[in-house]
Amino acid sequence: MSIASVFDIALVALILAIGASTILVRTAFAAVVMFAVYGLLLSIAWVRLHAVDVALTEAAIGGGMTGLLLLGAVARSRSDDVDRVRVGYPVRLAAGGLCALVVAGLAIVVLHPPAAVPTLAPVVMENLPPSGLGNPVAGVLFVFRALDTLLEKVVVLLALLGVWSLAPDRAWGGTPGLQVYAKPDPPLIFLAQLLPPVGIVFGIYMCWVGAKDPGGAFQGGTVLAAMWLLVIVAGLQKAPAISRLWLRGLLIAGPMLFLAIGLAGWVFADAFLAYPEGYAKPLIVAVEATLTLSIAVALAMLAAGPPERAQQQ
Amino acid sequence: MNAATLFGLCGAALVGIGLYGLITNPEPLRKILAFNLLGSGVFLLFGMIARRAAAAGLGGDPVPQAMVITAIVVAFAATAMAIALVQRLADETGRASISSDSSDAVDGEGKS
Repeated sequence: MSIASVFDIALVALILAIGASTILVRTAFAAVVMFAVYGLLLSIAWVRLHAVDVALTEAAIGGGMTGLLLLGAVARSRSDDVDRVRVGYPVRLAAGGLCALVVAGLAIVVLHPPAAVPTLAPVVMENLPPSGLGNPVAGVLFVFRALDTLLEKVVVLLALLGVWSLAPDRAWGGTPGLQVYAKPDPPLIFLAQLLPPVGIVFGIYMCWVGAKDPGGAFQGGTVLAAMWLLVIVAGLQKAPAISRLWLRGLLIAGPMLFLAIGLAGWVFADAFLAYPEGYAKPLIVAVEATLTLSIAVALAMLAAGPPERAQQQ
Repeated sequence: MNAATLFGLCGAALVGIGLYGLITNPEPLRKILAFNLLGSGVFLLFGMIARRAAAAGLGGDPVPQAMVITAIVVAFAATAMAIALVQRLADETGRASISSDSSDAVDGEGKS
């Protein structure tokens, strides 16, 4: 048995143990902390599956941003002192048995792959050079399946609209209540002054190399969003009121540019979301740069939650 | 057994663990957590499919990989929406559980 397979088995055991503990631990706070650890472990699994782009996304969004969001929810909920309600033993036994059946079914599918594994990798590599991109995953996201990526941005905006519209009437147009995370103390303020310059450069770098190497608008945008949230939580800057025009402008800038270029494709390249020959790379980079900003603002606002205080004028 | 199959089995087990948590835990926040666990198991199954379809000098099929990236972002958006809903529910009703017998929620151990 090679070192790599020993590492893989240990990693899978750890992922399953941490994953199970997010379900089994008593307090919600412990479960959320476990979940953040779980996200980081899972991103190592993605590296082992030769999917570095996915690993970056999982670490940034799946572990980091979701963890932050859940921590905020735990801090807001006042259920910590209430002992957890448990369902009865028979129900748990039945649920466990049925879930084991589901696992067994999936395991049978996993263990019996089709004789000829279908793959689109050769087609992707064949058609990648005209786009000028070097990263096949970015090629799929922005050239071959650009419609998916565009609609995904719309989904993020719709989710943000949904979150905002859950605000109580008196707080509509106000500022999100991010102060639940921490009372600003000197180490946090120091960190919030030290990290953002590095983080902003790193976020822009990730967006830029995304065309050629693993990285891209999602991952870069998440890093930028994290830096912004850090500064707000540390109290160095106020959270913006959601009625601010610049905020809303930034939110729709990326999807609007993407949509405009997509519509222009009908005129200049015969199809929606097709790029004119020779201009694919600059157009994609322009879309990615704007999307990075929009994603950063949208993710930060999603993590910040609905507005809680009315805007002070 | 190769690495792809191993992580595929891991994904299958995570789907089961997430499903169990989703069914048995009456706390909405924990249900959201369990659902995320279930989702990441499905993503891992996609990772296995991508890895098995490695060809043309790539470590994996980029199409399922790109789909998983999109899925992770959409899952985050859905989680944010779900948490906002749960918080509004808690603000309106003052209850942190969606168990059917609310009187037991305060006493701790519910009947079923």
